[in-house]
Amino acid sequence: MTDPTDALPSEQTVWMLAVRDRRDRAAFARLFDFYAPRLKAMAVRSGAGSQQAEDIVQDTMLTVWQKAGQFDPTRSQVSGWIYRIARNRQIDLSRRPAQPLPEEIETEEGHGEDPAQILALDQEVRQLRDALGRLKPEQFGMIERAYLGELSHSEIRAETGLPLGTIKSRIRLGLDRLRHELKGLRET
Amino acid sequence: MTAISHHVPDGMIAAYAAGTLGYPFELVVAAHVSMCDECRALLAAHEAAGGVVLEVAAAAPVSGDLKARTLAALDRPVRAEPRPVHRRSGIYPGPVAAALGAAGPRWQTMGGGVRQCILHEGTAGSVRLLSIPPEQAVPEHSHGGTELTLVLQGSFDDETGRFGVGDLEVADGSLEHTPVAGAGMPCICLAATDAPLRFRAWLPRLVQRYFRI
Repeated sequence: MTDPTDALPSEQTVWMLAVRDRRDRAAFARLFDFYAPRLKAMAVRSGAGSQQAEDIVQDTMLTVWQKAGQFDPTRSQVSGWIYRIARNRQIDLSRRPAQPLPEEIETEEGHGEDPAQILALDQEVRQLRDALGRLKPEQFGMIERAYLGELSHSEIRAETGLPLGTIKSRIRLGLDRLRHELKGLRET
Repeated sequence: MTAISHHVPDGMIAAYAAGTLGYPFELVVAAHVSMCDECRALLAAHEAAGGVVLEVAAAAPVSGDLKARTLAALDRPVRAEPRPVHRRSGIYPGPVAAALGAAGPRWQTMGGGVRQCILHEGTAGSVRLLSIPPEQAVPEHSHGGTELTLVLQGSFDDETGRFGVGDLEVADGSLEHTPVAGAGMPCICLAATDAPLRFRAWLPRLVQRYFRI
């Protein structure tokens, strides 16, 4: 809590909001520099060849640009949002049926985003990263394999120890507030 | 409507987030998440965890021109949305409505008033809609693998408790159960298995094969 960087949103959040709100190409280039090598490594670990992995990287980053308007920093953090896009691209490219997606919550244009809420979610993710960093290597390896798509759900069942409770509660609060706002908008 | 009290297990949400769950279970999870903000938040938390793993896992250098090619493609016209967003249709949450298509369910009678509509079957298992008349029992069965049952209309009770709209039952190979539909209206469920069900009586094996249960 004494860390002064706690008071600022992450660089990735700042870049992503610049892309979303101002179509800022320089900020997109920063996002590319940060995520492209990570996305490529993730794709290669999932069995893609080097060329296919780069296609996934390009597809994912173009989707980030095209769908930036859907990014809601009170409900997802940039890395998690990009992770989800990359995973969907990978599923689309493999020869299995597309993943059924939950209904979207239909938000109204320009619903108010509370900067404190954005910051709070960023901080939860930072704490999650710290918690991951404190895990024993074998436990971290297990979690890495689970999220990089190398374990089946019955294998993941054994995986524990990831402190997701507080981040889940934070997102849940955001959802409750969004539902409340939408209800208010419909009633007026 | 009563509150949802039976949710998707944590590991299954993690597998959905990682894309390793397989279509039949994914459809059930997506349907439940559409109805349950608690699990929607948990899924977002797992995606955040996936994002953190993406941040801290090893990186691989990309080709020198990939960035320039990607930046050059930003102005390309966006291709048509490949997957339209499906809304809830009656009792069917968006992802189920999408799987059913515009025509809605095509029910197949199974005897005793029980009806089914197979949505998908493949190497990862199968997923179907089941409709059970009020107060009627589904024949006692056990499972070779795992069975997920999500209530979309009405309710059912079995040895493990009561399941209302939005509740998800997870039954593994060890559970032998006899779900009984609640009173008033047929119980309509979305049911997925990663292996064929084994009925103890009622349906001979040959019929089972015919109905692909």
